[in-house]
Amino acid sequence: METAFTPWLSLGGGMMIGASAVLLMATNGRIAGISGLTSRIFARSSDGEARGVSALFVLGLLLAAPLWLLVSGDWPEQWVPSSPVLMAIAGLLVGFGAVFGSGCTSGHGVCGISRGSARSIVATIVFMTAAFVTVLVTRHLI
Amino acid sequence: MKQIFALISGLIFGLGLIISGMANPAKVLNFLDLFGSWDPSLAFVMGGAILVTAPGFAWLTRALDRPFFDSEFRIPRKSDLEPKLVVGAAIFGTGWGLGGFCPGPALTALPIAATGTLIFVPFMLIGMWAARHAPDKPFSLKGATQ
Repeated sequence: METAFTPWLSLGGGMMIGASAVLLMATNGRIAGISGLTSRIFARSSDGEARGVSALFVLGLLLAAPLWLLVSGDWPEQWVPSSPVLMAIAGLLVGFGAVFGSGCTSGHGVCGISRGSARSIVATIVFMTAAFVTVLVTRHLI
Repeated sequence: MKQIFALISGLIFGLGLIISGMANPAKVLNFLDLFGSWDPSLAFVMGGAILVTAPGFAWLTRALDRPFFDSEFRIPRKSDLEPKLVVGAAIFGTGWGLGGFCPGPALTALPIAATGTLIFVPFMLIGMWAARHAPDKPFSLKGATQ
């Protein structure tokens, strides 16, 4: 399925993501890493406050699309792979891998690279490569 | 106060994901498809985010001793490139390439309730739970009872 190249919208949306990361750091002193925040909601090691703040950030994420619907009258445009087996496996790998590797696209790719963290730069190169190879294999070699 | 700002941050983050196109797996998979229907948009998402976050973080940690509503900046201090980091990133990247969702976009797209998303998210949470409770050395039995 073709999608249109949207450099300005993507740049603007990306800058909003950056603004959100700076706002969370300025007010809460926390890294806006989605896998970290989400898993902190149910991690045994979390204290009540970390749990609450993380849950509220995730609630904010969950409210974004309904707010979009309210303002524009339509859900955001999307196409999602529908194979249940594929999506179950993908979900398991994404959830496990992101937490096991201490971060995902936001924690490593945005916040970590912005801090110049060597760990995050390595992790980002590894997960980007793995993702490119996976799409190459599933779309062109199988 | 900090709770309100956590909620607002999440909301801005989610809207950014929607506007940028990153909450749409079709766009993500096309970005990853260099040899097919390549859509370079996502490079602009990450670029735009870093363009704001890098100077923002640098300024914050220089200008403030602590965040406005908390006692300290919780900046990760780890610096070792352990196997766990690389193994986790490789597993995560593979799943991202299969489904076109990473954690933020999957949660943002959840209320739209596409079948694929409704399957992806619970399995993602199971995976996160498993990794949170996995021992640091997965191959040693000693840690298995932690």
